[in-house]
Amino acid sequence: METKTAIVQIKNLFKSYKRGSQIIPVLQDITLDIADNEFMALMGPSGSGKSTLLNLIAGIDKVDSGSVSIEGIDITSLSETELAKWRSSHVGFIFQFYNLIPVLTAFENVELPLLLTGLSRKERKEHVRMALQIVNLTDRMDHYPSQLSGGQQQRVAIARAFVSDPAILVADEPTGDLDRVSAKEILDLMERLVHELGKTIIMVTHDPRAAEKAHIIRHLDKGVLNANTQAAS
Amino acid sequence: MQILKLLLKNSFRHKLRTSLTVFGITIAILAFGLLRTVVSAWYAGVEASSATRLITRNSISIIFFLPLSYKEKIRQIPGVKNISYSCWFGGIYISEKNFIPNFAVDAKTVFELWPEFVLTDKQKNDFLHDRKACVAGRKIAEKYGWKIGDTITLRGTIFPGNWDFTLRGIYKGAYKSSDETQFFFHWDYLNESMKKTSPNRADQVGWYVVGVKNPDLAADVAAAIDKTFKNSLAETITETEKAFQQGFVSMTEAIVIAVRIVSFVVIIIIMAVMANTMAMTARERIGEYAIMKTLGFGEWHIAGLIFGESLIIAFTGCAFGIAATYPAANAFGDAMSTYFPIFNVQSETIYMDIAASLVVGLVAAVFPAWRAVKLSIADGLRRIG
Ligand SMILES: Nc1ncnc2c1ncn2[C@@H]1O[C@H](COP(=O)(O)OP(=O)(O)O)[C@@H](O)[C@H]1O
Ligand SMILES: [Mg+2]
Repeated sequence: METKTAIVQIKNLFKSYKRGSQIIPVLQDITLDIADNEFMALMGPSGSGKSTLLNLIAGIDKVDSGSVSIEGIDITSLSETELAKWRSSHVGFIFQFYNLIPVLTAFENVELPLLLTGLSRKERKEHVRMALQIVNLTDRMDHYPSQLSGGQQQRVAIARAFVSDPAILVADEPTGDLDRVSAKEILDLMERLVHELGKTIIMVTHDPRAAEKAHIIRHLDKGVLNANTQAAS
Repeated sequence: MQILKLLLKNSFRHKLRTSLTVFGITIAILAFGLLRTVVSAWYAGVEASSATRLITRNSISIIFFLPLSYKEKIRQIPGVKNISYSCWFGGIYISEKNFIPNFAVDAKTVFELWPEFVLTDKQKNDFLHDRKACVAGRKIAEKYGWKIGDTITLRGTIFPGNWDFTLRGIYKGAYKSSDETQFFFHWDYLNESMKKTSPNRADQVGWYVVGVKNPDLAADVAAAIDKTFKNSLAETITETEKAFQQGFVSMTEAIVIAVRIVSFVVIIIIMAVMANTMAMTARERIGEYAIMKTLGFGEWHIAGLIFGESLIIAFTGCAFGIAATYPAANAFGDAMSTYFPIFNVQSETIYMDIAASLVVGLVAAVFPAWRAVKLSIADGLRRIG
């Protein structure tokens, strides 16, 4: 196996939440490297801290201590505003419940992240079309989320996640709400993003079939990352 | 798609809720506008009155007369430019509920002292040369369908009998604030009748209207007039027309203040309603705001969406409210023309409508926007995930 450069480097990460006067430790001393162009699955029981870890990698939550470097940038040292700007171009999100904006069409939902770029209207249109073509939904671009099936909505959400061409995509149980056929479509699509577009994907999942698609599976248990790296199929 | 489109789509997402809120603001702005118009109508007499005109009346009461012989004496007082006189006739047109302020005036000088009553030269001339002529304001002429040449009969109350007049002129007000509901005719015509029927009431006038050369010296002229008639049979009180009108209005000051307060209370109530709507809306959208933040939208974008939505709703209501204010004020003004001869929506009222809507929109958005901006993305996502 050739050695790839690590695109994500996490060192001695601790994270806890306060609930009233109680402090709940969620992640303890996580150290993790994720190679470029990797497709990693993160598994573990409910409440083990998977979503929390994903959020920290994506820069939407703050660590207590430790560092998270993405493409060589330590994102724990960025301010809120810098972080927001960083997210818009470096990371894409895929959620369990798709989380599309209901009043916007598929096209407009995909266009949303591009509004933060300096792209012209025409350029945006081209990018959105291309993204929708990759997820095979050009014929549904004027539909509203409520007019699409779960699988179709998730494909729109995926298009929204990569339309601004981030290197990393994070997905929190992307197939958790889908039937088997749709789930397979989504997983195939994510695989294509890794192979054809060179993305790095970190995916939280409960589904063993989903994990099979990944190159690597890591297990999180009570906030601790299991030492063994399990290579999938 | 631009952010503006999202803003518009968001605003009309809950059609019923938004419609009800817009409707509420429409009604509030309408009520505010009408109440403000009532207040300004109340003061319209004062606003329209001139500071260069003095009114000289009997010191005992306005209902007591003054001798015609005072005219020349007043004219000779230094500072007096011109003089005219009137008398309240109190005639009734057909029925008592048709309230028309009607006066016997000195036809030769009336338009000199009231330049704001605008008449064509021909009509002015016709009026002057016909002893039984009368002139009516545009508003009442329209209301009763009078045409030039019509005979109008007033039933006298203070001066008994039926009095026929020929309409020779219809005047327009020079300003929006000018009263267009008055009716006047030749004092000479009234006086001739009095000479025949009750000679002791002849050669009497209700009050004098005195034009001064220099408005700054109006008080001195007024004092000089009153001094002239001190210890005579009929002593006088002279004041500016403004003070004279203000005297009527100040008696009702408390009501005006109450109306003003109510107009602002209406705005405060709608502010609470609007704030509630925005709080509900923003609470429901917390998840969406978290998604947008995740995508890289900053605090200003999120706050902008909430403030924008609030302002769109407030200004939509405001626009409907202003649009409704004009016809409503016209209808109200027509129905109440007896009490408010001038009932115009003033441009200041419209500016205040807009300012009130701006404040309502901003205030309603402050708290929800602050919450949405402060909320951490992780918390926001948990609510939907
Ligand atoms: N914002 C938060 N406030 C308080 N506790 C939280 C918060 N987010 C997560 N937790 C707690 O942290 C633990 C891990 O949560 P999470 O990362 O969502 O787990 P998973 O995704 O593995 O199910 C849970 O016990 C959860 O209750
Ligand atoms: Mg989770």
